[in-house]
Amino acid sequence: MINILKKRIIPCLDIKDGRVVKGINFLDLVDAGDPVVSARRYNEMGADELVFLDITATKEKRKTLIGLVQKVAKEVFIPLTVGGGIKSISEMNQILRAGADKISVNSAAVKSPSLVSEGARIFGSQCIVGAVDAALQKNKKGWDVYVNGGSKKTSLTLVKWVKELEELGAGEILLTSMNRDGTKEGFDIDMLKAVTDAVNIPVIASGGAGSIEDFIDVFTMTDVDAALAASIFHFGEVDMGKLKQRLAENNIPVRIQESSGCNE
Amino acid sequence: MIGIIDYGAGNLNSISKAFEHIGFKIEIIKKNKDLDRYEALVLPGVGAFYSAMEKLKKNNLVSFINDFVQTGRPLLGVCLGMQLLFEWGYEDKKARGLNLLKGDVVKIKAGLKIPHMGWNELKIIQNDILFNNLRTNPHFYFVHSYKLKNVTNDVIAVTEYGDKIPAVIRRDNIIGLQFHPEKSGENGLKLLKNFGELI
Repeated sequence: MINILKKRIIPCLDIKDGRVVKGINFLDLVDAGDPVVSARRYNEMGADELVFLDITATKEKRKTLIGLVQKVAKEVFIPLTVGGGIKSISEMNQILRAGADKISVNSAAVKSPSLVSEGARIFGSQCIVGAVDAALQKNKKGWDVYVNGGSKKTSLTLVKWVKELEELGAGEILLTSMNRDGTKEGFDIDMLKAVTDAVNIPVIASGGAGSIEDFIDVFTMTDVDAALAASIFHFGEVDMGKLKQRLAENNIPVRIQESSGCNE
Repeated sequence: MIGIIDYGAGNLNSISKAFEHIGFKIEIIKKNKDLDRYEALVLPGVGAFYSAMEKLKKNNLVSFINDFVQTGRPLLGVCLGMQLLFEWGYEDKKARGLNLLKGDVVKIKAGLKIPHMGWNELKIIQNDILFNNLRTNPHFYFVHSYKLKNVTNDVIAVTEYGDKIPAVIRRDNIIGLQFHPEKSGENGLKLLKNFGELI
């Protein structure tokens, strides 16, 4: 069957107290810690979607996050996923109403799977992203699921858990390989294959991107729908425009930005 | 001023902000109001067919939309809002739509990942002012599990996902978009601006 749906490239921004942390190095911007500026910039560069990961711990600071989502939604008109410590339907509702399109849940989904099913029932599956952090088992036979930012191992195995997330109503899986995250050695092809074989919802590859070749590999060797990365985009190690050009040259369907900048 | 119809749960923020961004005044409409206030009406895309129709009926918005269309001023349905323009919907249970246009809304053919979610290209069947300043086969962002069953005479652009999916509908002043222009970057803003030209 014909499917020319484009493979998505997604920059991920870590947010703390309403600011982008880890830094973003846009050559022509003095302060790229402003999420609105960063979001606008990535939009101009041709990002297909944005993920904001809130690493703010406290509840009061959540108000800052909601204000930030509102500000971004006012200016940037591409899909926005927000995640990080979201534990309740009412929090989901607030963030979606503020202008986010999807909510990603990770540890909270492991703790109470009904958050996924309830969220999907109320907001629709397309709003709920099941985020999973996983690492290879010691015997290398499979992968274990971790929570709390990868610090705590659970009794769940990866393939079983992603199937359950799909069953609960998650509309998408955001899969991070803890073995590859931050290494720049390339995406975890075996792990991604195991997951795309197991579920029939879109899978976003995360962890390990270091070069344009890594993106070509992940889209030619696996059936993932999107690839996410943080630092290589933030520090300009991989240029989004060039990346998409190279993907297109390798017959990978991507959205090439039709115009650059704001012409309104 | 553009009136944006609020039929309950979901996010009207994005479409409202997009219109504001390109310079239009907007107002959210929850109940049947004086329709002369509005130069154009937008029926956004949130929720499910049956419950959306129930909500519209409850707030006397069905007759409001019908009366508005009679004035000849432009009506824009987005995503579910586009689907509601047709005769019947089959999401959850069979439900009567606004019945402004001929056609039924059915589930996307099985075999591909559902929802159809992501960036896809438009194939323009019939040129229209709505496509001004867009290049050939422009990209738009889709998120939906249901679609207009057939490529009727009112369909002016399609996209491909399994089979042909009606993407842009136009009959006189009634316009429908299966994708989300408010999430389609520059192209989306251009299209909304073109819609604004109809005012």
